[in-house]
Amino acid sequence: MVLLEFFYTLREAGLKVTLQEWRMLLTCLEYGLHDSRIEGFYHVARSCLVKSESDFDVFDQVFAHYFQGIEGVIELPPELLDWLANPKPFEELTDEMRAALEHLDIDELMRRFQETMAEQTERHDGGGRWVGTGGRSPFGHGGEHPTGIRVGGPGQNRSAMKVAEDRRFQDYRTDVALDVRNTKLALRRLRQLTRTDGPVELDIAETIDKTCREAGEIELVFRPKRKNDIRLLLLLDVGGTMDPYYEPVSRLLSALHEERGLRDFKAFHFHNCVYERVFETGRLMRSESMMTADLLRTYGERWKLMIVGDAAMHPSELTSARGNINPRMETNTTGLAWLNRLERHFDRTVWLNPDRPPEWAMSSTCRTISALFPMHHLSIDGIEEAVKGLVAARPAMVRPIMAPGSARL
Amino acid sequence: MSAQATELQRFARFEGTSGYIASSALVDAVNCALALERPLLVKGEPGTGKTLLAKHVAEGLGLPLDSWHIKSTSKAEDGLYVYDTVQRLNDARFGDGDVKDIRSYIRLGPLGRVFSAASREVLLIDEIDKADLEFPNDILLELDEMRFTVIETGDEVQANERPMVIITSNNEKELPDAFLRRCVFHFIDFPDLEQMRKIIDVHHPEVEKHLLEQVLVKFYWLREQKELRKRPSTSELIDWITALLRAGVDPSHLESELPFMGALLKNEQDTRAIQAFQDRGGKTPSSFEELDGSGR
Repeated sequence: MVLLEFFYTLREAGLKVTLQEWRMLLTCLEYGLHDSRIEGFYHVARSCLVKSESDFDVFDQVFAHYFQGIEGVIELPPELLDWLANPKPFEELTDEMRAALEHLDIDELMRRFQETMAEQTERHDGGGRWVGTGGRSPFGHGGEHPTGIRVGGPGQNRSAMKVAEDRRFQDYRTDVALDVRNTKLALRRLRQLTRTDGPVELDIAETIDKTCREAGEIELVFRPKRKNDIRLLLLLDVGGTMDPYYEPVSRLLSALHEERGLRDFKAFHFHNCVYERVFETGRLMRSESMMTADLLRTYGERWKLMIVGDAAMHPSELTSARGNINPRMETNTTGLAWLNRLERHFDRTVWLNPDRPPEWAMSSTCRTISALFPMHHLSIDGIEEAVKGLVAARPAMVRPIMAPGSARL
Repeated sequence: MSAQATELQRFARFEGTSGYIASSALVDAVNCALALERPLLVKGEPGTGKTLLAKHVAEGLGLPLDSWHIKSTSKAEDGLYVYDTVQRLNDARFGDGDVKDIRSYIRLGPLGRVFSAASREVLLIDEIDKADLEFPNDILLELDEMRFTVIETGDEVQANERPMVIITSNNEKELPDAFLRRCVFHFIDFPDLEQMRKIIDVHHPEVEKHLLEQVLVKFYWLREQKELRKRPSTSELIDWITALLRAGVDPSHLESELPFMGALLKNEQDTRAIQAFQDRGGKTPSSFEELDGSGR
């Protein structure tokens, strides 16, 4: 049943492994595809159970934990460690699923599997041990495992463990890396396809229908092509505490500039908080600026607003009427009021914060702002979430929309 | 051992071919897909040989290969069959062809062709992520059951032997979970130095040792440069070596310069960045010791 526990641990660690995939793995093992090598087992298990390179790292950690019992190398998420300390039955299984599992007759399969492993001991010294090792309580700690594998294991045995231990796939984790390309991918969902105006295409179904009605006289029907209707307005916090985030922010900016799909895109800069003016460039020159009130007039509510900033400032900069830290900028309106106006003006708003989410609560201004705007981390996952929020249909209760022709008695 | 399992012991296993260096992980994944008769989904950086894999799997197994290159306009139905209504309409109007026989206006797509083939075939579905978000879901059922019905005629197309389906993705769109669950997955990792030597040996067995060392040092150095917008890939390295060999570039020349940089860097900003680096008097490493030293 060792393997079954491995399965549950993968699920606990956050991999979306399903019974279907688990059965694929068991079938492969039954066919002997792993060739009784741990390297083979590692490859087979990974191809069957993990469907994205961004999950390889998690898989590697769980694998290393299970089949070698190495301490220190692996960083398991706290939830997992907690679970390991207090084993509990897996609750998500329905009776139906449990029945399906039992139907597989895993004991028989395991026996066969272990037989294979036992045979292997005769050929490669130590090769069978990992089953033995794994057969111990998987909740135990590394110290309890014999050092056998590391010392006496065959070369291949080590290489699979080496891959797992090296955690070579760390870079592919989606919650960390952010380069122009994967930022673009995350932004790909920024799509709302509509047929409004512009170039046309032949509507074949309509053409045939019309032609039939015309008794065979060919009648061509055209319709506008579908195209993306998203208009995005980006407001960027620059300077000060944002300086360390120059790289990720500039990558987001270039990804957005290169994103051809958007109907319209415009970016402005501000420092700390949005006040009476927003600026065309990061140099924040008055000559290259626009009154924020004009901004609200120019860009209609259908624009999606994305603000990038750490939302960390002195509380007075947000709430005092003279809060703008640039003394040349005279203002009687608080930053918070401007933010409120922005939020009310635009249908869909989102705030991307480059600080790590645990740090957000430490700044009082960040708490205030995150109550106003849906806030997401400036990472691939965060951008994806943010984009989803920007594109998602409005909740029907807020603003019921009557599509033309949908009105019925 | 069950009869089925014994039979599978005998199934043709893929072992790699002389023209394609496959890592053991990749070979294992291909064999999983073969045994399970499920599609193999291959992802990886561009230029790591995803598309080439299908060709060599087919070659290694001695099976014919059919390809379906996905475009942004591709629809799932195109893969099954196309009913050429416009042609039929035209024929009806001008009295050409046998308009009564719908079958003569039905053309099988790539999926339809491999399903109706007499023997097992390999099908490459290339760059599935290029298509619409819903596309993978639309071919789920057909890939699962390996059969479909031509609605217009009621004919059923069913695979005698389940084809080996290889699907490549460049990660431009996320694929739906239901689709992923049915696939065997492999991510082609960027080849390490040892594997890279083998790959080059397959393409350029004649390349001289000193030149090869210089080429590899420069290549891996370039890949380490985080500022680059597009890092050069294996296929670009092969092109670069081809260019160097054709021009007969002297290895010592390569120590200080990067000729034919256009073969490696496909982005103007990248080319300018490297040029600026060299103009500033920046030196590229000329040995792996130097590369390791600068990297850390």
